[in-house]
Amino acid sequence: MILFLTLVYQCALLLVVSPLLLGIIARTKARFAGRVGPPLLQPYWDLLRLLGKGAVYSRTTTWLFRAGPMVSLAALFTAGLLVPFGGLQAPLGFSGDLLLFIGLLALSRFATVLAALDTGSSFEGMGASREVTFAALAEPTLAVSLLVLAKGAGHLSLSGILGASLVQAWAEAGPALALVAAGLGICFLTENCRMPVDDPTTHLELTMIHEVMVLDHSGPDFAFILHGAAMKLMVLGAVLVRLVLPVEGVPAGQAAFLTGLVVLAVAVGVLESALARLRLLFIPQFLVAAAVLAAFGVVIVLR
Amino acid sequence: MSAFLLVALAAQAAGAVLGFLLARSRPEWAARAAAGGAALGAVAGLLPTTAVVLTGEAVSLRLPWSLVAGEFPIDFHLAVDPLSAVFLLAILPLSALTSLYGVESLSSHAGHGGSRSQGAAHLFFNLLVAAMVLVVTARNAVLFLLAWEVMALSSFFLIAYDHEREEVREAGRIYLLATHLGTAFLFVLFAVLGGCARSYDFDDFAALGGLSSGLAGALFLLAVVGFGSKAGLVPFHVWLPHAYPAAPSHVSALLSGAMSKTGIYGLCRILLFLGPPGGWWGYVLLGLGLASALVGVLFALAQQDLKRLLAYSSVENLGLVAMGLGLGLLGRSAGLPVLAALGFAAALVHCVNHAFMKGLLFLGAGAVVSATGTRRLDRLGGLLQRMPWTGALFCLGAAAMAGIPPLNGFVSEWLLLSALFEAALRHPIIPAFVCLVGVPGLAAVAGLAAACFAKGFGIAFCGQARGEAAAGARECGPGMRRPMVVLAGACATLGLLPWLGVGLVFPAVAQLEAAPGLSSDWLSPALAQLRAVGLLLTVLLAALVGLVALRKRLLAGRDVREAGTWGCGFTLPTPRMQYSGSSFSRPLGLLTRVVLGLRSRSTPPVGYFPSQAAFASSTTDLAEARLYTPLFAWVGRRVEALRWLQQGRIQLYLLYIFVTLVALLLWQAIA
Repeated sequence: MILFLTLVYQCALLLVVSPLLLGIIARTKARFAGRVGPPLLQPYWDLLRLLGKGAVYSRTTTWLFRAGPMVSLAALFTAGLLVPFGGLQAPLGFSGDLLLFIGLLALSRFATVLAALDTGSSFEGMGASREVTFAALAEPTLAVSLLVLAKGAGHLSLSGILGASLVQAWAEAGPALALVAAGLGICFLTENCRMPVDDPTTHLELTMIHEVMVLDHSGPDFAFILHGAAMKLMVLGAVLVRLVLPVEGVPAGQAAFLTGLVVLAVAVGVLESALARLRLLFIPQFLVAAAVLAAFGVVIVLR
Repeated sequence: MSAFLLVALAAQAAGAVLGFLLARSRPEWAARAAAGGAALGAVAGLLPTTAVVLTGEAVSLRLPWSLVAGEFPIDFHLAVDPLSAVFLLAILPLSALTSLYGVESLSSHAGHGGSRSQGAAHLFFNLLVAAMVLVVTARNAVLFLLAWEVMALSSFFLIAYDHEREEVREAGRIYLLATHLGTAFLFVLFAVLGGCARSYDFDDFAALGGLSSGLAGALFLLAVVGFGSKAGLVPFHVWLPHAYPAAPSHVSALLSGAMSKTGIYGLCRILLFLGPPGGWWGYVLLGLGLASALVGVLFALAQQDLKRLLAYSSVENLGLVAMGLGLGLLGRSAGLPVLAALGFAAALVHCVNHAFMKGLLFLGAGAVVSATGTRRLDRLGGLLQRMPWTGALFCLGAAAMAGIPPLNGFVSEWLLLSALFEAALRHPIIPAFVCLVGVPGLAAVAGLAAACFAKGFGIAFCGQARGEAAAGARECGPGMRRPMVVLAGACATLGLLPWLGVGLVFPAVAQLEAAPGLSSDWLSPALAQLRAVGLLLTVLLAALVGLVALRKRLLAGRDVREAGTWGCGFTLPTPRMQYSGSSFSRPLGLLTRVVLGLRSRSTPPVGYFPSQAAFASSTTDLAEARLYTPLFAWVGRRVEALRWLQQGRIQLYLLYIFVTLVALLLWQAIA
């Protein structure tokens, strides 16, 4: 029964609440730029408008292009059901699920990349090339960070490593967890295509990574992509927030978790307003730095 | 049951002979006879194999044979035990399917229509399959080496099939040299084992037990070099990127999918003879495996030739198998049965999975080559529209190879990663190595493999045709399509039912753990987790079906238009402006140029109206350029003095053999 309630709660957060994070980021950035900014609920209106539209497809594309957004969204949604939201047992979590979590993220990326290549556009090919490059560099950090957490908790499930034992783990191996949190933070920014790795606002520029891959999508397909981006923000954010804010108890834990997500969104907005995007040449160094942070975390845990 | 093994071998032999004899008079019948022999042989062989997998009990056959090696009599001793069965599960179905595919692909093999050479192809193909079956079932060292040699020679003739082309002859030469150098180590290995056991029978080897740790270690290293060179582990892999692309595609599929696995089989078999493993053995295999995986995937990513890309990817995947074996050995030597079970299971499951997915990809590449006449990625493109079946099947294979759920590649990667995590969490000594090298290394390999197959599939099949050849491509016929469909079905089934693969290798894992019967507890957590993975994959599919239905409803009756690809304001894009394969992999290539030996030459466009510009890039295999080329040049200079022995006259060689025989008889008489 509890598991069913969590399932409903988590589905609601993923499906309904996640676009709000995009709205908070946009509002924060607008405030920093001295503008009023769009309403907080603007992403919802965008989604509804896109879902109500028809679609335009390139003559070059095939079923692969049409399947990309759906596969990507389905994978992210499934991955979201493996992550514990603020100390609750994840509705579909099991021992070993963190390896599946990594796999599902890879599936979502692979589908997006192939859909981009299907258009035959040089811009989208460029975006796809950069996406796989940075993903290959970010993946070791993600794996090592999860390993440090798993070693601390002695579990192989996300619910286990982000569960009640986290408070104890901070007391015992605080520095390691801090390093891991920093590494995961960089992963979070990379995977969600945020500053300083990617610039989600500069449309039609050569500098983008993720946005450029979805140039040709329109209508409901683009709505799926937008919703997927929001979901990914929430799913990876959930891991990060829970790691940094491990509060015990259901009401207090959920309050801390939801507040943490809002704070994270605001922080992303602040970061995007304050930072410029790194030059492409420096992004690998940035990602290697993240891997090194996580590796130091391992060293501390091993001692 | 064991008689079916003989039936299988006989069917292969009959197919080989009929294929060879009929090739001249009735080429179509010859091809069908050869494929029929292979298929019949596979069915006959799969009967005892299935029985062994289901019951876990070995089936054996021993016939007296009037062959004597030294003072030891040799029996014609065959057996299928769980370990052999796992490899037969890879070899038999793949050989039948590739052989059926060959019926159509060989007849359309452009420019090489000599019917005699087709007869040779049938002969050596079936001979290769029979030799592989014999290799994994032989229970006598002499019989094993005979089969090993037949396998090496018949695959040489298949690799050199298009011998009119210079690069194919070169590939054949390199392969012949490499395989015999590897076999030399095996001769020493089996001679020492035979001397210790006073017999060449594998049963006596297994009963050896009391080898000193130094001798066992030395034998282990001999096996790693000898069998590792067949599997293609770094740095013994240099023949592989030459040989696989040179062979006809259905042969490449068999070589990469099945023959490379015989190296892994040999290694596993020897491990059963050597008693308890030394502590460092696991590190050797883990390190070699990780190096192979990383080097293989980086070179695969940098290739511009579809089949060379697949060949380097074999180096990567056999590296992953070696990593699994290494973790299994570490588990055994440290007394951690769960780790050992996970490691061995990962290795064996990946052997089966890789056979199916790499077989599928090479067959797909063969369809591309026969439709377009080129393997170069920068001449292909847009094939998904023109060859929808091949394209969709290749896409599935590429995703499986990239370790993407819900396909079978993900299952073996999941097992390998859980073995690494298990080692990191429980092993008393190794965590530092595993945590700091193993886990990030495997994660990087997974990410790079995804990049590599996004490139391999995306550049060849997506977008628009980059040349005339690709623009005029036609879908391949049903004879080539059906085997690919079956292989793709196997990949999807093993992926959607993730526990199935572990179930198949379960008895073999128990055998490698050297503790039969006990291991059900050690693998049961992994099996339970894989069942949960299967459940989650159902959720994934359900979500996907829901989205498909939603999209269909939303778009029903709405305005869905077609237009050109959005060019960001540029209105006249041409296919040549697409991102090419080399540009796709360039960021990663530049980051790893030290390993790749990446060189590029370019003539940049000059002026407002540039007349010409050019760009070319290539990679250099470090092991080949720095290790083997200088080594062989040195050896060549040293043995120059013996050149007069080689006159190229057969009478002279007969004389040498005769003189050697007389000398040996004299030595025997005196001693």
